Amino acid sequence: MYIYGVIFVVLALAPAFLNPYWVDVLNNVGLYAILGLSLNLIVGHAGLFNLGHAAFFAVGAYTAAILNTHFAVPVLWLLPVCAFTAGLFAALVARPIIHLRGDYLCIVTIGVGEILRIALTNDVFGITGGPNGIFGISRPTVFGYLIRKPYEFYYLIGAFLVATIFLFHRLENSRFGRAVNYLREDEIAAEGSGINTSHYKLAVFVLGAAWAGMAGDLFASKMTIITPESFSFWESVVMFAIVILGGSGSIPGVLLGAVLFVGLPEAFRDFADARMLIFGAAMVVMMIVRTEGILPQRPRSYPLPQPGESGGKP
Amino acid sequence: MTLLRLENLTKSFGGLTAVSDVSFGVDEGTIMGLIGPNGAGKTTVFNLITGNHRTDGGSVHFDNEDITNWPTYRIVALGIARTFQTIRLFQNLTVIENVLAGCHCRMRSGPLAAMFHTPGERKEEQGALERALGDLAFVGLAGQEIQLAKNLSYGSQRLLEIARALATEPRLVILDEPAGGMNEQETAALIGTIRRIQKRGITTLLIEHDMSLVMKACERIVVLEYGIKIAEGTPDAVKNDPKVIEAYLGMED
Repeated sequence: MYIYGVIFVVLALAPAFLNPYWVDVLNNVGLYAILGLSLNLIVGHAGLFNLGHAAFFAVGAYTAAILNTHFAVPVLWLLPVCAFTAGLFAALVARPIIHLRGDYLCIVTIGVGEILRIALTNDVFGITGGPNGIFGISRPTVFGYLIRKPYEFYYLIGAFLVATIFLFHRLENSRFGRAVNYLREDEIAAEGSGINTSHYKLAVFVLGAAWAGMAGDLFASKMTIITPESFSFWESVVMFAIVILGGSGSIPGVLLGAVLFVGLPEAFRDFADARMLIFGAAMVVMMIVRTEGILPQRPRSYPLPQPGESGGKP
Repeated sequence: MTLLRLENLTKSFGGLTAVSDVSFGVDEGTIMGLIGPNGAGKTTVFNLITGNHRTDGGSVHFDNEDITNWPTYRIVALGIARTFQTIRLFQNLTVIENVLAGCHCRMRSGPLAAMFHTPGERKEEQGALERALGDLAFVGLAGQEIQLAKNLSYGSQRLLEIARALATEPRLVILDEPAGGMNEQETAALIGTIRRIQKRGITTLLIEHDMSLVMKACERIVVLEYGIKIAEGTPDAVKNDPKVIEAYLGMED
């Protein structure tokens, strides 16, 4: 607990000691942390292999870009709209495929991600700007205060990340959080215990996608220009790896994963050529020695009565 | 009153008819046994009742409601809970969380209530926790709450499945070989537990190969062979039924 407090204080003061470049690196870490946490609901908690999460990120970003550039809606007002469109897109594509198991679902979600990226590149409906994307997205304003500099974005993204951690932590420790864990562990037993498994699979998928959509809104307003390239298959792979490597189902694990995957490569820019080699090797080692990730999910704690002498019958 | 009624239930897998035209009723408040040699179709009957398999013919009625081919989670919500022949616990979750799974269908809070920690949600969580602790103590697993399910002994895992089933507040529990893998003392304790389940007003339907348990615990017995019902009656009547002796108890020790 102490450790989290110290990290929080250090991070809150970090922009005072870092140059804008490093603050921007931390902004990317924060965005990927939000994306990782949203994917963690789907992959880590429900065990649904989703390798197309960038698609929902993209739907959010494009929703923000289109509505902001055409109708001049302030980007932060668009947060719920982006959540809605990304969630709706997820519901539409997931409904027919959600019953697929493990690897099959994985392949189909890759397909969804690629189809969306290609559609965006081909200027679908004439509103996505094709390969050039959409530029001129306005910066966010908070109570009339325009956010432009990296350290200003740092606090905006930081606030959203903290809210995400807070809400997802509560969600994990609830009826909903348990229900998705049950279906990950044993779907037949979950159904047999009275859980509507197909409903929960869809619900968790939509919720994770909606959150990625909001991250897309933040991303669009930070970059002011978005192109289909920002939402390639590689982005989905990074998000997936953040969850698996950091620790499936564990919030601290996913945060650490985001730092390792997005922050560390910047720190090792000097060895740019060897980066991928080192990463690949590190992942292989991890998957052998610590299959549940660096900081795996820990059992929830409950306010149990203090254990007495009775140990129960064997 | 007949709580559960099966009428001409039929199920085939490919060319094999696993359950053929089986009909029987379970009276409310009783303990009923379903026995038969291996492969007689007992577990298939259970799977048809709880909606794990789709029927090919016939119907299942529960409390005057036709529940044939309902989805499993709705059948559980209506009041039928089950355990599995091959233990199906949530192995990597704690014992208490396994029981809380059963409480799920009696709770209402959704993700938003959880995120904003509404007073209703907290009260519901508290109530579910108390109920889960009660059911754990009921089967004799008090004190094991924070163990992972996979670390329990085989017998305890069977009891945990029963606790999870009871946590759904059922009117009928269906136990598929509850004594499988238990030693003699554990089986004796299990008979006591089954009787205490009856005292709670819950009806029991069970499959069991341990004949001493079946004869001691059950008030009525249905015998299946090759998917066909060959006998039904009290333990004594079934024991002396020539068809049953031939099919099943035929080998004299």
